[in-house]
Amino acid sequence: MREVYGRSDYAIIGELIEPRTRVLDLGCGEGELLAWLKENKQVDGRGVELTGARVQKAIARGVSVYQGDLESAVDDYPEQVFDYAILTQTLQETRDPLRVLRGMLRVARRGIVAFPNFGHWPVRLSHLWSGRAPKTKLFPHEWYDSPNIHFLTVFDFEALATSEKWRVERRIFLSGKREVRMLPNVRAEIAVFLVSKS
Amino acid sequence: MITEAGTARFDELSLDCGTTLAPVEVAYESYGELNRDRSNAILALHAFSGDAHAAGEGGWWNSMIGPGKAFDTDRYFVLCSNVLGGCRGTTGPGSINPETGCPWAMTFPSVSIADMVRLQKKLIDHLGIERLLAVAGGSMGGMQALEWAVTYPESVAAALPIATTARHSAQQIAFNEVGRQAIMADPDWCNGNYYSGKPPGRGLSVARMVGHITYMSDESMREKFGRRLRKPDQFEVESYLQYRGSKFVDRFDANSYIYITRAMDSFDLTQAGSRGSLASLFETVRTRFLVISFTSDWLYPSYQSQEIVSALRSRNCDVAYCNLESRYGHDAFLVEVDEQTDLVRGFLASTFKENAARA
Repeated sequence: MREVYGRSDYAIIGELIEPRTRVLDLGCGEGELLAWLKENKQVDGRGVELTGARVQKAIARGVSVYQGDLESAVDDYPEQVFDYAILTQTLQETRDPLRVLRGMLRVARRGIVAFPNFGHWPVRLSHLWSGRAPKTKLFPHEWYDSPNIHFLTVFDFEALATSEKWRVERRIFLSGKREVRMLPNVRAEIAVFLVSKS
Repeated sequence: MITEAGTARFDELSLDCGTTLAPVEVAYESYGELNRDRSNAILALHAFSGDAHAAGEGGWWNSMIGPGKAFDTDRYFVLCSNVLGGCRGTTGPGSINPETGCPWAMTFPSVSIADMVRLQKKLIDHLGIERLLAVAGGSMGGMQALEWAVTYPESVAAALPIATTARHSAQQIAFNEVGRQAIMADPDWCNGNYYSGKPPGRGLSVARMVGHITYMSDESMREKFGRRLRKPDQFEVESYLQYRGSKFVDRFDANSYIYITRAMDSFDLTQAGSRGSLASLFETVRTRFLVISFTSDWLYPSYQSQEIVSALRSRNCDVAYCNLESRYGHDAFLVEVDEQTDLVRGFLASTFKENAARA
């Protein structure tokens, strides 16, 4: 599996995105993915990030990033101005995930969502054996200092997509740097979904 | 650093108020070299009390303009001119009215931010620059940057409005009015006809003192002065303000103060809605934006920058925005050099690259 900045979900996203498209990256951090997409896929990219220090690094990288919270950030854009809206490893940290997801599909034709799978087997075992909030390599935080405020599994996302009538165009599951095809809800660490409004 | 200074003279300039100013002169300085295809020119726009001397010893943005600095004069050609209505080489109320042979004083026509920009455009044309890589400025300079992008979208690849607003709030107008009233209350002002005698120094220095208070923050004043005494009966902060006020009188014309603050107060990018909404103004704008505000700036609060950014995003304009942490108040745009340097350098480099790809 090819890597981009050491993150395999970035490599997957890089492969999902068509060249010369318009891309919005929500929670874009220091703009690594956008910079990579700009350089390698010639995309017209925009980013949103809340943390000032990260925004500074992203802008210094030459990426157009806006400092603000993503819940309200998606509201400003006109409808369907992007080809893709990306949300990597941020969904579980948002206060109102459904609002963000719906906003993504309002401003973009397709949404790409990558999140850590709470159904991953070590999470289940950790909770089962310790009887405490699970702590794993994927979810290393104590319950009180975790940035994650919503926990979801592959099945949870599939169920939401069904009830919201989103079309899942691609689903890619990762364990480490390897792709997982069997039993993704148990074996996947990271899930990447490409969705659109049906 | 290659530095040039000059004055350009134009036969006439039509103004928003309906009159035509003829002739008109504009003082400017430039730093660095214009490249062969003239694609590396940046116009630096000074704030209220600035002038054309932006870089080099004593330059108002010397920390940002120069070899290896944010506006790197080894790569870019940076230009700065004194604004219309000013008193540092460009035509203003202290200039001679050719019809009377006397200073214009208060008979000088009222000027606007758009008029200042129109004069800058004449200068750019005169210098043979078709398209600017960037226009950049803080405070009133930021207003000009916004005006540039809206009025001459084809002539500006990127705009950097810093610590600024699309229109003054009541609070901003109020502080300017205190300054103007202080000048006009000075008996030496003589309705503006003081050029043959003593200038209204007391009024002008009080105006400047008020200005300086608004440029700082509670925190930066506590840090800088606290309650320290300079003399048994004088606080440090009193002495500082008096010093800054009296220094200002040596270099600034009181009537220019009145004209330029009025230009700032009457500035409204939407022209009170007659140009449409702020968002609709950006409909045809293809200029890239880097908007910067500062957390402790209470004179030009962050929400004013965010309003601009929000309007730009609603029209899907290419905009980067950062609300930089600072405790220096409005002065931050001149003081917070390191953080702005990274932002500006990266933004300019990517703009330059994209522009070259387009050409």
